[in-house]
Amino acid sequence: MAEVANFKAIGTRPIRPDGVEKVTGRANFGADLNLPDMLHGKVLRSPHAHARIKRIDLTKAQAMEGVYAAISSADFPQEVTSSLSRNILARDKVLYHGHALAAVAARTPRIAEEALARIEVEYEVLPPVLTLDDAMREKATLVSEDLRTNDDENSPPSNIAATQRFERGDVTKGFAEADVIVQEEFRVPSAHQGYIEPHACVATSNPGGRVTVWCTTQGPFEVRSATAGVLNKTVSDIKVIPSEIGGGFGGKTVVYFEPVAVRLSELTGKPVKMVMNREEVFRATGPASATLCKIKVGAKKDGRITAATAWLAYEAGAFPGSPVGPGCMSVFAPYDIDNFLVEGYDVLVNKPKVAAYRAPGAPQSMHAMECAIDELAQKLDMDPIDLRLKNAAKEGTIAPYGPKFPPIGLVECLEAAKRHPNYVNKTSEEVGRGVAVGFWFNIGMQSSAEVNIAEDGAVSIMEGSPDIGGSRASMCLMAAETLGVPYETINAHVGDTESTGFCNLTGGSRTTFATGLAVVKACEDVIAQCKARAAMTWELDVEQVDWRDGQAVPKPGVNIDVEPLSLADIAKTMSRTGGPLLGRASLNAQGAGACFSVNWTDVTIDRETGKVDVKAFTAIQDAGRAIHPAYVEGQMQGGAVQGLGWALNEEYIYNENGVVENASFLDYRVPVASDMPMIDCEIIEVPNPSHPYGVRGVGETPIVAPLAATSNAVRDLLGFRINDLPLSPPNVLAAIDAAD
Amino acid sequence: MARVVFPDHLHRFTDGTHELEVDCSSFRQLVRILEEKWPGIESVLTSTMVAIDGQLFQDAWFEKIAPDSEVFFLQRIEGG
Repeated sequence: MAEVANFKAIGTRPIRPDGVEKVTGRANFGADLNLPDMLHGKVLRSPHAHARIKRIDLTKAQAMEGVYAAISSADFPQEVTSSLSRNILARDKVLYHGHALAAVAARTPRIAEEALARIEVEYEVLPPVLTLDDAMREKATLVSEDLRTNDDENSPPSNIAATQRFERGDVTKGFAEADVIVQEEFRVPSAHQGYIEPHACVATSNPGGRVTVWCTTQGPFEVRSATAGVLNKTVSDIKVIPSEIGGGFGGKTVVYFEPVAVRLSELTGKPVKMVMNREEVFRATGPASATLCKIKVGAKKDGRITAATAWLAYEAGAFPGSPVGPGCMSVFAPYDIDNFLVEGYDVLVNKPKVAAYRAPGAPQSMHAMECAIDELAQKLDMDPIDLRLKNAAKEGTIAPYGPKFPPIGLVECLEAAKRHPNYVNKTSEEVGRGVAVGFWFNIGMQSSAEVNIAEDGAVSIMEGSPDIGGSRASMCLMAAETLGVPYETINAHVGDTESTGFCNLTGGSRTTFATGLAVVKACEDVIAQCKARAAMTWELDVEQVDWRDGQAVPKPGVNIDVEPLSLADIAKTMSRTGGPLLGRASLNAQGAGACFSVNWTDVTIDRETGKVDVKAFTAIQDAGRAIHPAYVEGQMQGGAVQGLGWALNEEYIYNENGVVENASFLDYRVPVASDMPMIDCEIIEVPNPSHPYGVRGVGETPIVAPLAATSNAVRDLLGFRINDLPLSPPNVLAAIDAAD
Repeated sequence: MARVVFPDHLHRFTDGTHELEVDCSSFRQLVRILEEKWPGIESVLTSTMVAIDGQLFQDAWFEKIAPDSEVFFLQRIEGG
């Protein structure tokens, strides 16, 4: 591990290479592409949350002037029966309001809209299942008549798709030893990722079966495999070109209409463009799960936790696959607890299939646990940070989900919080303060990178991870550090699925870690080649050549009087020494270090309106090593604001028919700049030993703690707890009125 | 012998076994031994996540397992 003092590029804050294009509006996002002779695709969506499809008649739509194709699920390979294929276009049943069931391609978007209105669908309307309580009760209406819990053929059909259970020690004995016990239930509503750019794609096809898809996505290779799966094609039939991306946060890790655009293009022989409007985004793309979490925690008088249980139910939407697993694995992750039991339930309801949203599963379960810890601190009259320090996980602690933690930075974050001036400066009586801890596992997975050296020594990186949060700059910084050349001589490019090696999606806080590792190794490949060419030039053995400060030099003790050869020097003569310099690396990165955070929120409450105002927010987080500190802070601030929005206002409001009544940014209230104070950040650096520069992923963890930190702040000010989110004005006012 | 632990959602593939000790030197060998014991489990184990001595792996096929190793199978983690 290199020492921080030796870094020249890492830890600096240069401007991002893609910045000019983005701030001047030149960057091309998903909806910006237009091709000659292009058609416009539109999707017909269900007006019912739950209904059997008795008949779809496309003939009137197909007969319209300007309509080139109208399709339903019958136009897709019937042997493909995956949830994804049935989410993209419903088959026998529509499972949520907004579920796609037909699509058209027409000369203009308006003709396409008119054609949708001419599609005749006969439904048998069924009662919708809209809440966890309804879905889990005996004799509940079934979302899917074939679903059995954990695929157990001996079980009766159920809305519970899967269960989870983690257990250690003896919780009965642990609670018997406790001096204080807290037991509470918490509900967190569905929240949308709220990316500004809606889903958009353009698909073309040729008669040979080859297709090209341009789209906004976090993972072009995942779009390729998902599209191939739904259409029963091979991945080599499909090329996916990612556009710039206007936010994803997990919501652009799945496909919704890319296979539909491809099918329409195949049937019409023309390019087909599809763009969602905001209402479609809210009604038909995955939000985060709504949850019900029951927590019980017991502790001794000195604060040591003796036992804890968690019962966690997560809405999956209309198809199995909520993030209840990570929710279960993360709920007690910050703490060293000898006796615990965690039970989780993945539950179907007649709502859109949930999708990943920053640290998927963790914000909801950890909201419950961090609120319970706060209650415990109140009962024990302990400082909430001291209580957490008393029980904090550290290197060697066996994580609740099994493995031992390698070096982690939770204790360092808590200690930094205790001495932080924002924490030391106590709030006034009009201000409530709440503390919470955040956690995310982080992941590695597969990445590839190529590093090309131009004849003037300029460096060009080609990789396949869409740049959501400034990863191009981070790649350039790691390349600059490794090669020893100025940041300004390096460019990073995100390739398509045929111009770069395989990269898993940008998500799970993996890109700076895993794709960064590939870039470092590709640079090391270039260095090895440079050393060989310098050795050739100097008539030395390659073992006699070193690479220092961006130059090839003879190793100490080698008796030769030569001038060092810079990367530019070697590039200038590369045609003579073996041809172009090209470094490559591909890997399946392991050892993504877990990331912890500590946040606290200071709030005031207008007791007449119930409005909660965030007056100050402080985020402390272990980044392992901050490659570009400004972008680490950007992740911390962005995650904090999304978490605060979830805590304070964001929720899906359904009517009794399962129709979302706030499917626009006017009624679904995300925080805007004027709602927020400056988010103060402090980066802690406990290097991850599995990365040459110590990187940990930083993008997921920041959304986790703000939910409970805000709940705890409101509890501090009101003197009683509001267990359910959001802490919106009507909910807070009702709680105040009830307490009065 | 390495200690191998299965979470509850895998118990239906292990006849309810929560943990057992296995004499193996690599993850590949471990999976093959378990496949012999519980036919059909290989595809489940290779599509899940595993922690070997505290290190998380999405794909651990050639990872070494020591006699005193602890191996935990976990639900695969994605991200946002």
